[in-house]
Amino acid sequence: MNKYIIWRGTRSTFTHLFLMGVALLCLFPLVWMVRCALMSNDTIFVDASLIPQQLNFGNFATAWTKGNLGGFFLNSVIYTVCVVGGIVLISSLAAFAFSRLKFPGRNVLFYLFVAAMMIPLPGSFVALFVLMTKLHLVNTRFGYILCMINVGLSMSILLLKTFFDKIPADLEDAARIDGCSKLGVWWYVALPLARPAIAVIVIFNSLTVWNEYILATLLLGDVKLMPLQRGLMVFQGANSVDYPVLMAGLTMAAAPIVMVYLLMQKHIVKGLSSGAVVG
Amino acid sequence: MGLKAKNAVLTRDHIENFLFVFPAVAIFCIFYIYPFYKMINLSFFDWKGIGPMHFAGLANYAELMGDRLWWDSIGHAGYITLIALTFQNALAFALALACDREIRLKRFYRAVFFIPPVLSEIVVGLVWNWILNPQMQNNHPVGFLNHFLYATGFPQLMHNWLGDPKTALTTIAVVNAWKGFGWGFIMFLAGLQTIDKQLYEAARVDGAGSWKTFCNVTIPMMLPVILVVVILTVLGCMQVFVLILALVSEGLVNHTDVPVTRIFSAMQNTNRFGYACAEAVIFGAVLIATSFILKKLADRARQL
Repeated sequence: MNKYIIWRGTRSTFTHLFLMGVALLCLFPLVWMVRCALMSNDTIFVDASLIPQQLNFGNFATAWTKGNLGGFFLNSVIYTVCVVGGIVLISSLAAFAFSRLKFPGRNVLFYLFVAAMMIPLPGSFVALFVLMTKLHLVNTRFGYILCMINVGLSMSILLLKTFFDKIPADLEDAARIDGCSKLGVWWYVALPLARPAIAVIVIFNSLTVWNEYILATLLLGDVKLMPLQRGLMVFQGANSVDYPVLMAGLTMAAAPIVMVYLLMQKHIVKGLSSGAVVG
Repeated sequence: MGLKAKNAVLTRDHIENFLFVFPAVAIFCIFYIYPFYKMINLSFFDWKGIGPMHFAGLANYAELMGDRLWWDSIGHAGYITLIALTFQNALAFALALACDREIRLKRFYRAVFFIPPVLSEIVVGLVWNWILNPQMQNNHPVGFLNHFLYATGFPQLMHNWLGDPKTALTTIAVVNAWKGFGWGFIMFLAGLQTIDKQLYEAARVDGAGSWKTFCNVTIPMMLPVILVVVILTVLGCMQVFVLILALVSEGLVNHTDVPVTRIFSAMQNTNRFGYACAEAVIFGAVLIATSFILKKLADRARQL
């Protein structure tokens, strides 16, 4: 019996050592990023300690104003709000119809959306760029927003449709008897009930839009329109020697994501697994 | 109500219902279906992006078959994927197994492991680029990794990790795995938690040790999840691009090329849109074929 307890004790110690080691490996680069953001260009090459002797918060201000990170940040907020709002609106309307309403071609259309999720299209951005040029939507906020709505649409429709399918028809019938139109049922019955699924869609798509880079590079050449991730690369090109300011910029870009993640962990994990199940 | 009137009402009803899906279908057709068609269509043309288009038949594809840089780039992406499939997923699985029981700090571990996957590739790439910085100042390494090796007494191991063609790809693969393992961990953990605990109980009653239980209960029950993780790892890692861009931004060179970089440079550097589309078509076909083969292999493994 004694042997068993010792064996269990050592096993648990080793498990924790293993987990803690990996956790440190996960956190260290981020700690290092914040640490370097608090140094000055004179000390960063000299002071090797983990916690710098004198903290320098000026880098954040420099990055925000001189590096134009404030502008990029605002653009990212605009894109994220518009794209996620658009996705929720458009996908919930479509998912409601796919789940509840009858019209010819319903199943064919729905399976098209499902198929679109399964088929990887890694290089379609070339043709997308050609199309956007033709439509004069290159270098416009509107064009980028439409493209990003398309990116999140299929998965959101699928997620919401499965959710609507589970809502009992009684509720809807009751609303119909009370004189609700179809649009009314969507707005007053379906949407409020689908709140958990919508939360997953909002958080998951916000992460995608906030972190998106390829389409932003292709479609937005104007510095005034660039979102944060694209802006960081421009910023890095201009400040490749000023590491403390660069690290301050990266810290500010990562902070909102990490905070949203820590607050909304449950939804993100749920979105991930549901996205994976259909993918 | 006459049949005609009834039909009219039905048609009006259908049109009304269709309006609900119209915005989604319109966006989907314009931004997904049309580019899909256009990509295939353009791949048969010789076109600079502006000006006249010349029909080229299969010339782009023929050239692509002999393009060594292109096939090398697929090999590079394959190497990064292989590292992710083996080391990254094995680590993810081990961590998930360790967390799939009552242990202290479980929620802390779970939260921390998933931080790298939510960060953007740009942030991850630029931070690691700084950590791996190869420069020296006053005979002292600037980047953290080289500094660490220097300070702990292994100065002979100091290296230009991203600059040396021999180590660049492996370094990229390691950073990619660092960013990705938390995702696999969450997927595996979710899978492990759906396994009925009674199965473990039954195995123990039958006298199976932990290794036997692992092989005969855990692995078979996890096969569907493992399959999903494998396929998504392959699809994700083969398309890695932004991370590499941020890591080796000083200048993309041939030895760190991946297919998406090739497509990008065919389009932006040499203005060969038709060739870029041919690359995209072939790359898409490679990806679909790979996931199809993986699925078939997994189906066969399940039957055994």
